[in-house]
Amino acid sequence: MAAPVDADFRTRLQVWLPKLVLSPSLAMALVFVYGFILFTVYLSFTDSRILPSFGWVGFENYFKLFRLRHWEIAVTNMGVFAVLYMVICTAIGLALAIFFDQKIRGEGILRPIYLYPMALSFIVTGTAWKWMLDPGIGLENTMHALGWESFAFDWIKNRNFAIYTVVLAAVWQTSGFVMAMFLAGLRGIDNEILKAAQIDGASNWNLYRRIIIPQLRPAFLSAFVILAHLAIKTYDLVIALTGGGPGRATELPATFMYSYTFTRNQMGIGAASATIMLMTIAAIMIPYLYSELRERK
Amino acid sequence: MAAMQQESAVRTSNATRVLIYLLLLLFAFFYLLPLFVMGVNSVKPLSEITGGNMMALPEMWTLEPWRKAWSEAQVGVQATGLKPYFWNSIKMVVPAVFISTILGALNGYVLTKWRFRGDTILFGLMLFACFIPFQIVLIPMARMLGIFGLAGTTWGLVLVHVVYGIGFTTLYFRNYYAAFPTELVRAAQIDGAGFFQIFWRIMLPSSGPIIVVSVIWQFTNIWNDFLFGASFADFSSQPMTVALNNLVQSSTGVKEYNVHFAGAILAALPTLLVYVVAGRFFVRGLMAGSVKG
Repeated sequence: MAAPVDADFRTRLQVWLPKLVLSPSLAMALVFVYGFILFTVYLSFTDSRILPSFGWVGFENYFKLFRLRHWEIAVTNMGVFAVLYMVICTAIGLALAIFFDQKIRGEGILRPIYLYPMALSFIVTGTAWKWMLDPGIGLENTMHALGWESFAFDWIKNRNFAIYTVVLAAVWQTSGFVMAMFLAGLRGIDNEILKAAQIDGASNWNLYRRIIIPQLRPAFLSAFVILAHLAIKTYDLVIALTGGGPGRATELPATFMYSYTFTRNQMGIGAASATIMLMTIAAIMIPYLYSELRERK
Repeated sequence: MAAMQQESAVRTSNATRVLIYLLLLLFAFFYLLPLFVMGVNSVKPLSEITGGNMMALPEMWTLEPWRKAWSEAQVGVQATGLKPYFWNSIKMVVPAVFISTILGALNGYVLTKWRFRGDTILFGLMLFACFIPFQIVLIPMARMLGIFGLAGTTWGLVLVHVVYGIGFTTLYFRNYYAAFPTELVRAAQIDGAGFFQIFWRIMLPSSGPIIVVSVIWQFTNIWNDFLFGASFADFSSQPMTVALNNLVQSSTGVKEYNVHFAGAILAALPTLLVYVVAGRFFVRGLMAGSVKG
């Protein structure tokens, strides 16, 4: 008697098992990602200070946030940093990939050299560049030791230039990775078209400008999305390299959020700044993920 | 990069080629410079750094900075060196990588071989989690870890890294399994094999390349994490990155640059090692699953 019931239970289990197996991960995503996002967004509308509290204040935190000089600096810095970081990484990555595509000897040795910074922690990168750029012991000191007494390079200590040192270190870390993305795209281009264009007398310059680079659109798009989201999330690098200083010269939204939430006890404002960071990333990522996942069907 | 061997048909003149080689070498110099500087200055006495040339080889070679960084340096309050934090990182990384990879494999298997209505949307929801700025979850996560008694523990960090790593591991396995012949799975089903049997006997044995990708990716990401470690850990669980930062930023006493450099290399060593040993398999594994699916 028990056999049919058992068999029935087993087939039904087999039907439900896949969903059952997926459910813990899904539940984690729902709670720890989407639940937490809602919680933080909610906090951004409350009077939370040192601890979460639930007194509703409407958009007041956002008004305060946008009146803060500190936030304005962080956002301006982010704009400068993001644009330079993305443009320079893309330019270097594309140039190196094109160079590599010219039947280069020793590519097997050079490629890992360009890529290894990606394996390092931003804290390590930040530490290395912090002391290398330090006028007291780094580049400036070295040049003086070599006899170039008038050499001066104090960007990392200079309010007007410190943000560019963050760009330098970030470019150092990721440009090799962008190179790899473009190289993959270049290696996928059909050589027959190029040969046909060459027979028609096209110069190398025109080959790249008219045929090759336009075909790299998907690589440009992936590079843009990855670089943009890395830029907005930049936190560790600034902490290790400059600590947000000198003054507030390298403060970014991520460091702003952390200090307002956890050291200045302005959790409502911190939550509002985190919400704005999320919305910026979502505006880039959601259309991208949507189109990627739809194409796969 | 599947076609890494395929060469471009573009031809260049000898003069251009010389220029290209020069530029490539210049960039190689740029990328190697920090590693070189960290290396040579970690085996110099402090006086040679403060008084001289950062690019010069040591006049007096010494391993003292390494010993100091590992077991003696003042990290935060205690003078323990980086050693305990190195083990904290290991204790956090190993279970987190293991759990997130297993879950990713199971999810990828379900999402490609047991498809159901709405599975793509669910996958999209999980994938988006990889890209959120983690500032948006810091406050509730701190509360949650406190409520469950996980605040400041290694297991708390493991949980955090698993939660925010699953999206990537699922992505990798989903793309890889999408290229795996579904007929094999159906045939095994007809022969009476169950859900786990198929996973265990058919899927896993052919998942080597993508397991390597998932493990390398997760290992690097979790080892290099700073934000979660700085937010949720205490002395007994602080990872290497946080300790290195404390060491370098500590304002007490003389700045021992050579010790900082040795510490930075210690913090970088595991991921560098993984990259050197398994980097090739990473690229190959990624391509085996074809990035675009």
